[in-house]
Amino acid sequence: MEFEPKILGIACNWCTYTGADLAGTTRLQYPQNLRVVRVMCSSRINPSFIFRAFQLGADGVLVGGCHPGDCHYNTGNLYARRRLAVTRKILEFAGIEPGRFRVEWISASEGNKFAEVVREFTEQVKNLGPQTKFKIK
Amino acid sequence: MSRIGVFVCHCGLNIAKTIRVSELAQFASTLPDVVVAKDYKFMCSTPGQEMIAGDIKEHKLDRIIVAACSPLMHEQTFRKVVENAGLNKYLVTIVNIREQVSWVTHDIEEGTSKAKALLNGAVYRARLLAPLTSRFIDVSPDVMVIGGGIAGIQAALELANTGKKVYLVEKNSTIGGHMAQFDKTFPTLDCSACILTPKMDAVLQHKNITLMTYCEVTEVKGYVGNFDITVKQKARYVDHDKCNACLACTEKCPGKGVSEWDEGLVKRKAIYIPFPQAVPQKPVIDRDACTFFIKGKCRLCEKVCEQKAIDFEQQDTFSTVKVGAVIVATGYDLMNTKPLVQYGYGKYPGVYSALEVERLFNSAGPTSGKVTLRDGKEPQAIAILHCIGSRDKNNYEHCSRVCCMYSLKFAHLFKEKTSADVYQFYIDMRAPGKGYEEFYNRIIEEDVKFIRGKGARVAESADEPGRMIVEAEDTLTGKFIKLPVDMVVLSPAMIPRSDSKDIARLFNLSTDKYGFFMERHPKLAPLSTMSEGIFIAGVCQSPKDIPDTVAQANGAAAEALTIVVKDKMELEATTAMVNPASCCACQNCIRVCPYGAPFFNEQKGVSEINEALCKGCGLCASVCPASAIIARHFTNDQVLAEIEGLMEF
Repeated sequence: MEFEPKILGIACNWCTYTGADLAGTTRLQYPQNLRVVRVMCSSRINPSFIFRAFQLGADGVLVGGCHPGDCHYNTGNLYARRRLAVTRKILEFAGIEPGRFRVEWISASEGNKFAEVVREFTEQVKNLGPQTKFKIK
Repeated sequence: MSRIGVFVCHCGLNIAKTIRVSELAQFASTLPDVVVAKDYKFMCSTPGQEMIAGDIKEHKLDRIIVAACSPLMHEQTFRKVVENAGLNKYLVTIVNIREQVSWVTHDIEEGTSKAKALLNGAVYRARLLAPLTSRFIDVSPDVMVIGGGIAGIQAALELANTGKKVYLVEKNSTIGGHMAQFDKTFPTLDCSACILTPKMDAVLQHKNITLMTYCEVTEVKGYVGNFDITVKQKARYVDHDKCNACLACTEKCPGKGVSEWDEGLVKRKAIYIPFPQAVPQKPVIDRDACTFFIKGKCRLCEKVCEQKAIDFEQQDTFSTVKVGAVIVATGYDLMNTKPLVQYGYGKYPGVYSALEVERLFNSAGPTSGKVTLRDGKEPQAIAILHCIGSRDKNNYEHCSRVCCMYSLKFAHLFKEKTSADVYQFYIDMRAPGKGYEEFYNRIIEEDVKFIRGKGARVAESADEPGRMIVEAEDTLTGKFIKLPVDMVVLSPAMIPRSDSKDIARLFNLSTDKYGFFMERHPKLAPLSTMSEGIFIAGVCQSPKDIPDTVAQANGAAAEALTIVVKDKMELEATTAMVNPASCCACQNCIRVCPYGAPFFNEQKGVSEINEALCKGCGLCASVCPASAIIARHFTNDQVLAEIEGLMEF
């Protein structure tokens, strides 16, 4: 049977989550491997959410926020951008393939982009195979 | 131990088609703490809501999970349901199995298993939810309207008539907007000025409206119910309190500027009022055209002004107003068609853009309402080219909605004012408004020629100097046409104002790919935005005609009123709080918060959060090295539990 990765999505309420809804409203199709957690702002994302997801067996993590400069809370995603850049480095250091972690800025009107990113990322994670480095059970 | 009730919605077949809903409910009943799990055709309907309320009482439920459409759609609906049933409204969790599951797959296996994972995550999270207490804040009773076109004018008047104070901010020196440039309006051929100028005057006279022309918003602080908006009054170099509108200055002025009002077809003075019926009737000085500002001497206007109103030293001034709600009605620009070189705009003098033609028809326009070409001659043959840049994937995909109708109006006016042959080059005729199809039929009978084919190119005529050839494929006959004309009218795409990006940024509005402001919901909340308390009306949202714009303006006024009519309003309780026992006093939270909500309590030696200012983004919680800040409703524990639940399946 083909490997079906589990992918965690964390999306901000105002842009990426709304963009994901738009993808649905316009009936765009994408793989069902992604499960999205909604937070109010990408700046709410504590790196531990991402580490924990990998520990719990996520094969990939996709984070989505508003475009830099367009944050609903003015500057939240700028902090998120920096923090996620460090998170990426830590993940790499710990041996997680960089391809398993992706940050995308997707606005509320970019349903197309959301679907496209999910398709691409799912394919990429699929090719990487199961994630075992961090998985604890 | 919590007692969870799970309610799975079929949404007709929207969900049930790609998710086995009864299996999902069955699955839910096996999850920890779930006491009851049901599925129903329409959970948001009255019987659905009653079922939830009934079960809360019957099973003593203390957590409700609704697996249905997006929380952005019906979270508030279900919060009300549980609140009415006596449960804290923050104990509802919505699982989005429609927009993010059933609508994005055709595979019922995949859909069902993803829905199970999402539901499992929700159960894990719901167990850790805590009841929250809503906050109430005082509401500032005034409203700001941005944009003084017909949308802004209408919204301002409606609100002012209810007794509310309105600040109407307009960046130009007069209100009126594009509608004031038109001569006639379709399909009734009402004189535009006759229906607009009384409204402009009503704005000026209204005791509840503070008219702020030649002003721009520069900063927005605060939140719904309490916006502090800084407005820049651009220097007019004329003291409007002293000016008595005699306009002697505009007669003497030797300066020459481009008349925006006449779309650049003629020059105006450097000290000017845009048009005779402008509101207010008081001039401003265009620095870039003023001889004094350019060469350092002149000051003729100053000499003729008996009121001593001219003030070359005047500076921009800033003021801050407090309002409870804002209506954004910033309107549109026409696309610049110069880059579409195939149409020769800017190259051939006989090619006009639609607004320029509006000015040619207008009795207050550069030709006093006579239709003449730039060389003063009357055109013999006129081609009106629809869909220039709109309905065009290379430029703007959207239909600009009004071009078919105003092109018909142009044809009628050309027929009335000239003896020219008039040709319409159209892709499709779109006449869906009240009386529009009838108007179309009338124009057909007026001997206007309709060619179904998009104008492909405008070229110079080789045989007749000064004339042009319009090339197109007539898709009804399949023939390629080359039509000699001496006037070409382009109907360009309507696009958002060039500075609408700045407005979007100031007010945190989302925009679509072309920059039109996005509504909260395309059908059910077309005038609200994702920014609470900010409403939109008119073409800044998408192209529309005057009746639709006016209807939207009235709607937006009503929406704004629902906020400012109350003394107090409820805010989301999902704010951050500091656990003083863990706070390490690093003050990171204070440094990062965009709203200045956290502050340092010197007495206690810890950070605290002013909940009235907190918007609940959760940024501080993530930068707190001691995990002392709790982002209510999105706590670390709650989010981590949800992730755990999602990853189990």
